[in-house]
Amino acid sequence: MSETVPPLPSATPAPEPGPPKGLVERYLDLQKAQGCLAPLITAVIAFLMGGIVIVISTGKAPWNVYVEIFKGAGLHWIFTFDEQAGFNLQQTLIVTTSLILTGLAVAFAFRCGLFNIGGNGQYLAGAILAVILGSQIHGLHPVPHIIVVIVLGTLAGAVLGGIAGFLKASVGAHEVISTIMLNWIVIWVGIFLFTLTGPLQNVASGSPVSDEIEEGAKLPVFWGDPLLQGLHVGIFLALAALVVYWVLVNRTTLGYGVRAVGFNPEAARYGGISVSRNYFLAMAISGAFAGLGGAIDILGWQFRLSTGAIQTTTLGFVGIAVALLGRNTAIGVLLGALLFGSLVTGTSTRNLDPNVFQPELAFNLTLLIQGMIVLFVGADLIVLWLLSKLRRRA
Amino acid sequence: MAVDSPVVLEMRHITKRFPGIVANDNVSIDLRRGEVHALLGENGAGKSTLMNCLYGLYHPEEGEILINGKSVSLGSPRAAIDHGVGMVHQHFMLIPVMTVAENIVLSIEPTTSGVLLDLGEAERRVREISERFGLAVDPRATIHDITVGQQQRVEILKALYRGADILVLDEPTAVLTPQEARELEGIIKSLTEQGKSIIFISHKLNEVIEVADRITVLRRGKLIETISAAGATEEGLASLMVGREVLLSVEKGQSAPKEPLLEVEGLRVVDDRGVEKVRGVSFQVRAGEIVGIAGVDGNGQTELIDAMTGLHRLTDGSVRIAGTDVTSGSVHQHFEAGLGHIPEDRQRRGLVLDFSIAENISLHDYRKPPDSKRGWLYPRAMVDRARKLIGEFDVRGGGPMTKASALSGGNQQKVILAREINRDPRVLIAAQPTRGLDVGAIEFVHRRLVEERDEGRAILLVSLELDEILSLSDRILVMYEGEIVGEFPPTATEEELGVAMTGGRRAAA
Repeated sequence: MSETVPPLPSATPAPEPGPPKGLVERYLDLQKAQGCLAPLITAVIAFLMGGIVIVISTGKAPWNVYVEIFKGAGLHWIFTFDEQAGFNLQQTLIVTTSLILTGLAVAFAFRCGLFNIGGNGQYLAGAILAVILGSQIHGLHPVPHIIVVIVLGTLAGAVLGGIAGFLKASVGAHEVISTIMLNWIVIWVGIFLFTLTGPLQNVASGSPVSDEIEEGAKLPVFWGDPLLQGLHVGIFLALAALVVYWVLVNRTTLGYGVRAVGFNPEAARYGGISVSRNYFLAMAISGAFAGLGGAIDILGWQFRLSTGAIQTTTLGFVGIAVALLGRNTAIGVLLGALLFGSLVTGTSTRNLDPNVFQPELAFNLTLLIQGMIVLFVGADLIVLWLLSKLRRRA
Repeated sequence: MAVDSPVVLEMRHITKRFPGIVANDNVSIDLRRGEVHALLGENGAGKSTLMNCLYGLYHPEEGEILINGKSVSLGSPRAAIDHGVGMVHQHFMLIPVMTVAENIVLSIEPTTSGVLLDLGEAERRVREISERFGLAVDPRATIHDITVGQQQRVEILKALYRGADILVLDEPTAVLTPQEARELEGIIKSLTEQGKSIIFISHKLNEVIEVADRITVLRRGKLIETISAAGATEEGLASLMVGREVLLSVEKGQSAPKEPLLEVEGLRVVDDRGVEKVRGVSFQVRAGEIVGIAGVDGNGQTELIDAMTGLHRLTDGSVRIAGTDVTSGSVHQHFEAGLGHIPEDRQRRGLVLDFSIAENISLHDYRKPPDSKRGWLYPRAMVDRARKLIGEFDVRGGGPMTKASALSGGNQQKVILAREINRDPRVLIAAQPTRGLDVGAIEFVHRRLVEERDEGRAILLVSLELDEILSLSDRILVMYEGEIVGEFPPTATEEELGVAMTGGRRAAA
């Protein structure tokens, strides 16, 4: 693999003939011009590390494994248009849909200088309310039913995020602590509801799972077979959320206030901007994105919620990696969600060819790469440091 | 100081680069025994960088340093100290809860039987050095109980205790009252008489001429000239520093004060730690006058400003801006009532450094047309206004979309000035408006403040720089321990103000 990956820019200690800019300056210029270089290098380093692990642990050629994961994610569909690839890509995009929204939930809070660890709880709050409303309301026309479920699911996430924001604004409770605690509250509420003998458990199934939502409340599938979990229209809602995010942040007074507080709360206060109000709003809106993600997943492909799923979902946490890699920009979150969506799907038992690489190992590879990326998010600093070292030696 | 004294320090052809700038470009200076050599230059001229190279904090890419004729390698402050170099930083590095003697002997404490701290011995040695050099301090006093001037002496003693022969004083008078500054001059004299050599960093022209034997002027990392202090003039030094002719005095006509616009009555403020920092302050500022508030740092000026601008709750009293009672109003209501506020700390409070110039200029008004309508921002309008103001206030180094952090201090201050003045405030509170600015930018800010006075605004100037207070104010109030202890005409002398600033007036009354 190593021969096919382009060498890092830092590997070429360019000769510096006097006045022309040094590497560091050029790097800074590049970073100014497009903030995408650092995340790109971060991702490349993470994949290189993953490659080393593959060689050491299995002796297999990393390149082949990555190609298989690429195929497992269905990303070669754009070249082949074959049916299997299409199916795989549908699965990738379903995950991407959720990750866009949980990524935005983290990114928006970051813009206000807050670290929203509660994306998972807010996502689950949306999902739990969606499954309840989707399954317990009967006889409603599909369109209003879907709208009600999505709006209230979004609201559930907003309320949960808003609680953390309110606590931060009123008594200064740190949002990291409060959102983690709220995550557990939601998880246990969900387990209480759907566990065996729980008030909303589907008794007929005999397992700890909710009722299935009404047929009419399911989101239409526009690509692939609805029975085989094709791609639902929820992805358009996620893409719309990206646009809403961008507009909200860059083109509204609310976004201005949120950014001012995020960059410099003291200056915002001096300027007459209420810091506590923006903390509350930022957390509530963050929660809304995650809640929307939960509701869409229920209506789009899960249709029911088991206590197992409640306990094992990590979409909210992957959202942190998505936001970090995407630098809290709309386009960055989209690309980050696509990357992690592809990794998750590409290494799943169902999609990865076990002859090339055991999917169990592959999924751990995904976690590893994900961890590396979070670790290396400060990589622009590391890269800068490396560059300056090289420069001094030259 | 004899001209033929031996040279104790030579820095030859020092070049130090940082990403994007050359902080020191082939700078050579020397220092003779018993000499005071001043380094003069604007912010960013490279004075501190050069001294940090000497103190082992930076390592120059080129050049060499000779101490007593021998080339030395100063890899760390420890190495510098071993070679007899001592540094007194602008911000003291003392432990407030420990005594003077404990601070001085820190890390090289005298001990009995090798393990136990021998405080008696420490105090004896401290007393001995302080007597030898005329630096009177009580070794048993706790740092937080003594004045800033005394703390500075402790810093000097710390360096002497470690055997310093070459002392670097970084902007030593910035934190002192005029009296304390005078005392420091005496200390410097007694130090040089006993063979110590001093490098004196400053950007104040008059004190450099008074204290130094020779003056080296740096500009943008380059050595401009080294001249003898005898015969140097402030005007000559200023133009060397800036590279062009500078108007040092502010030209202003007689003030014509009209109706009171800022009315403060019986103001009391308790800070976050429960200490009453403002204790019943009352005054008025009328349209068309500049009122200066003088005082030593930490006498309640910051708390007073915060209370008047809505940033800190007041416990008693009232504030009226242009007739509107804003006593318990929000920050926003203060601005709406006609307040302009140039805050003390422009980077921490005055600007959102990651915002563009245009966004910063909209900080108070982004919720109103033309910046926004019904919650929607109109960046075009923000940029247009910023472009106009950048021209009008001569902001250099960027356009409307440039981040504020990319600007120099002077240009950042111009952005704040542009924002506050453009809102057409009736009352303008300027806190330390020229702190850390270079001569050219100070000239601009001062001229502009006088112009705004003549436009009929009420201007309250709070500054720690007496020169600034004296040259701009039409009336001067002196603040001491949270109270206004005296009012003076602009013809008052620095000495008169200095006495009041340290509580003398009140004690006499």
